[in-house]
Amino acid sequence: MSAIIKTEHLCYSYHTEENKKVQAVNDVSIEIEEGQFVAILGHNGSGKSTFAKLLNMILTPESGKIFIDGKELTSPDITEDDIYDIRRQIGMVFQNPDNQIVATIVEEDVAFGPENLGIPSDEIRKRVDNALETVGMKKYARHAPHKLSGGQKQRVAIAGIIAMMPRCIIFDESTAMLDPLGRREVMDTIERLNRKDGKTVLHITHYMGEATRADRVIVMRHGSVYMDGTPKEIFTRVDELWEAGLEVPQTTEFMHGLNELGLSLPLDIFETEPCAEKSAEAILKWISDHK
Amino acid sequence: MALDISIGQYFEGSSVIHKADPRVKLISVILYITVIFLAKNMFSFALLILSAIALIIISRIPIKIITKGMKPLILILVFTAILNIFWLQGDTLVFEFGIIHIYLEGIMTAIFMIIRITILLIGTSVILTYTTTPIALTDGLEQLLEPLKKTKLPVHEFSMMMTIALRFIPTLIEETDKIMNAQKARGADIGSGGIMQRAKALIPILIPLFISAFRRADELSTAMECRCYRGGEGRTRMSKLKLRAGDVVFAGTFIVLGALIIIINIYAPGFNLAY
Repeated sequence: MSAIIKTEHLCYSYHTEENKKVQAVNDVSIEIEEGQFVAILGHNGSGKSTFAKLLNMILTPESGKIFIDGKELTSPDITEDDIYDIRRQIGMVFQNPDNQIVATIVEEDVAFGPENLGIPSDEIRKRVDNALETVGMKKYARHAPHKLSGGQKQRVAIAGIIAMMPRCIIFDESTAMLDPLGRREVMDTIERLNRKDGKTVLHITHYMGEATRADRVIVMRHGSVYMDGTPKEIFTRVDELWEAGLEVPQTTEFMHGLNELGLSLPLDIFETEPCAEKSAEAILKWISDHK
Repeated sequence: MALDISIGQYFEGSSVIHKADPRVKLISVILYITVIFLAKNMFSFALLILSAIALIIISRIPIKIITKGMKPLILILVFTAILNIFWLQGDTLVFEFGIIHIYLEGIMTAIFMIIRITILLIGTSVILTYTTTPIALTDGLEQLLEPLKKTKLPVHEFSMMMTIALRFIPTLIEETDKIMNAQKARGADIGSGGIMQRAKALIPILIPLFISAFRRADELSTAMECRCYRGGEGRTRMSKLKLRAGDVVFAGTFIVLGALIIIINIYAPGFNLAY
């Protein structure tokens, strides 16, 4: 498989109101394969959102290169049309669903992207219906967005991106403002988009539980890549994560705590039930050993 | 605070008027207003009243809602009537007391003016505001004004602004409510005192509201850019407005009405209005 997104020594900085220079993204070189589900973790101000906004040219990098599907975004002869084509291919869903919805009717909003692309009316109709079907919001097609729940609104926002038929979707803390139910709805939708429709997913989050569902986890710190690997590889390095000011999944934290008491449990179990079974087993064994 | 905010005065329904093309409705309203000002004698005014009653019946909007909408107009109606009755001079003197002279022409003109204004309001609200969603209205307006795009008039931008404004009204009302509660929880006194005091009490509500509105605008513009928005050029629409036979009939009715009224003005006897 080929890399859909590739960055080389990417840097971006901005100035604060007190004229202090902040290096938000510092020398980031990564490759993301087509069809991968990547979670990007990091403390507030670690540069993860800035990094995402560089990928579809909402922000222009200071130095370094970005390649989307082999095409260099940062080359000087890139045209405005190329940038819009990249934005179509790399869709982006943001944190606050209210601030992404443009129209007063759900289906009109989903149609907004394809309308901008100049797609013929009947083709837009088909795409809108498909997109709403994919996120399970078909019933609400004629509803007003402000009467929907947070999770539903966010799914409408996702449908608006799907209707543009992107190859990759970036979720910029899209679950952060939702209640647990809404978060589950959105996470299930994201996972389905990746597994069933083969979309490349970049999921920026600070919920560890969500990151465990990804194929790959990238941890950012001070604008650079701090850790990069599978969830199992990353979350077993508990001390390093704590060092970066991050939490670990609750199951891992629990088993890590037991290990410090002298047990030897694996840290890479992220589901509650297997974790409970394994722990109970180990505790019983410890008790029988110490009788 | 009620969160179920109805935007504008739209009244849900499925009548012929509700279903008509918004562009046709806009044109029809202009036609109807012209017709209203064409009417000059008793018979043509009678026809106007009939047409207004017909509109109300066809639209199936409860008469209660329409009378409620008329209330703010009462003062203007009374004022126009008084002005016409006391100031207009004519041939037939009806009442005389000191310097007050009331002529038949004055009374008739007053009656006609009241009918005119009332029908004007009923006409525009039944054809447009009560039966058309704001979004359909902006859509219709944009497509009707499309020829003006050639003159560099920002027709698309204007309708986009209207759409976004309408979209954010409920969101901002909800937000105002939240901020008010937050300020009340901090001991802000909002509802009491004189006008100056109450205006001052609004400041801690308006400032956070404005800041948040700016932030929203910023985020919305980024989200729109991510969805490839680049102005009206090269943009298509999902739901194209299509003219149906019924729409032509709808607009045609008003032209026929106008023709009838002109004929009545010329041939029918009865009191003729000077203007």
